[in-house]
Amino acid sequence: MAVTPLNLKVRAEVPAGEIAADHPELITFERLSLWYGAAQALQDISFGIRERLVTAFIGPSGCGKSTLLRCLNRMNDLIDGVRITGQVRIAGQDIYAPGVDVIELRRRVGMVFQRSNPFPKSIYDNIAYALRLQGIRRKAELDEIVEKSLRSAALWEEVKDRLHASALGLSGGQQQRLCIARAIAVQPDILLMDEPASALDPIATAKIEDLILDLKRDYTIVIVTHNMQQAARISDYTAFFYLGELIEYDTTTRIFTNPARKQTEDYVTGRFG
Amino acid sequence: MSVHFDQNLYELKQRLITMASKAATAVDRAIQALVERDDDLARQVIAGDTELDDLEVAIYELGIQLLSKAPLAGDLRLITVAMKFGQNLERVGDEATTIARRAIELGQEPQLKPYVDIPRMARLALDMLHEALEAFIRHEPARALDIIPRDKQVDALNKQLHRELASFMIERPDTITRCLNLMVISKALERVADHAKNLAEEVVYLYEGRDVRHKLKPAPPNDLAEPAPPAGT
Repeated sequence: MAVTPLNLKVRAEVPAGEIAADHPELITFERLSLWYGAAQALQDISFGIRERLVTAFIGPSGCGKSTLLRCLNRMNDLIDGVRITGQVRIAGQDIYAPGVDVIELRRRVGMVFQRSNPFPKSIYDNIAYALRLQGIRRKAELDEIVEKSLRSAALWEEVKDRLHASALGLSGGQQQRLCIARAIAVQPDILLMDEPASALDPIATAKIEDLILDLKRDYTIVIVTHNMQQAARISDYTAFFYLGELIEYDTTTRIFTNPARKQTEDYVTGRFG
Repeated sequence: MSVHFDQNLYELKQRLITMASKAATAVDRAIQALVERDDDLARQVIAGDTELDDLEVAIYELGIQLLSKAPLAGDLRLITVAMKFGQNLERVGDEATTIARRAIELGQEPQLKPYVDIPRMARLALDMLHEALEAFIRHEPARALDIIPRDKQVDALNKQLHRELASFMIERPDTITRCLNLMVISKALERVADHAKNLAEEVVYLYEGRDVRHKLKPAPPNDLAEPAPPAGT
């Protein structure tokens, strides 16, 4: 099958509104439904995610938020029996269209998971690994990207003297920031984060949250979180899901101060879910 | 949120209702002390102000305690509104104290003339306060919205009274002290109406989530069409 190169240009049309003017939609879901075998996990999801902002997906367990996140880099392709209808567009391009280069897609759409998952290699090699796979061999270039990535992930000062020590010797919070450094080393456009701080203590969590706020200058970030306060602290837009449906999507300020739907109000105030 | 949290929110509302009722009573009694030249009643109003101060502190502390649990949406709005309610009601209490103090001073001298406009202003301001409280208790933002333009009627009465008292002072310099005391009382009532308006705006925010402060066009003060009694203050 011929491989279609991904040409991730931002769509020309800019929706109205103050935030929208500077942050056009980069990702659009159009009538997206997903089934695991006979069980429908996502139902007719349509909305857009704006570039260089943080968008939070919230909802009770099993509401489909992680499933939707994984649609963005086609992680669900790896699960047997998954069927998808509708479209997911990034910069106008349907990422489920035949011939899309999934490897390239996953480079442009990086992902950070709940549990940090560094390779059992040195801190340096965790970042250099994907770069070498991309064909970057020159040490000077590798050194530069490793340092830049670690600086961007607010980890450089803590590890610069032990770059060749095992990544597994880092604390949980440092490992998670290393995973973020690894994700941004290949210069993605979008960063997906699936509960990136849920296994961390409050101080490590605060560092990750600060980092997310710094990174949104350069990346479009989509984060799944169970922590309402975290979503309120770091996201610009919030989407609330329930039983596979998008119930409400709005600015985070509105979702957390004055949601339009009663189900959202009940969930964010902890009265159901 | 937990059952305990809901109980705390209920307690917060109850304290607000108690405080609003006490603040309105304080203004009412201060005006009564003025009109009936009842110094004892005025002193009771002054002494009762500490109760309102304590309630404000209690509401604020409970609000901070509840905010530390990171509430959201309607809960968040209720708590922030409650803290502002407490502050406005405490100031209503302060205005009642001011009126009571001036009433005692006015009681030392013969009455300038029968009080007409001041009780009328007090009635308008207190009606606004009662309505704002009812709108809060009964979840009626539309009722709260209706209160907001009424503040202009009290403002207009205050200005009218100031003009009248100014000419009185020019004509009869021996009345200056009494006129100044009445001006302070009139201004205090105008401030009570301001606080009532603030409460009404908070009720709209609480139940509709929209901030109407500084956004509503003032209604013409139609109450002025009715001529003020010539000999009254």
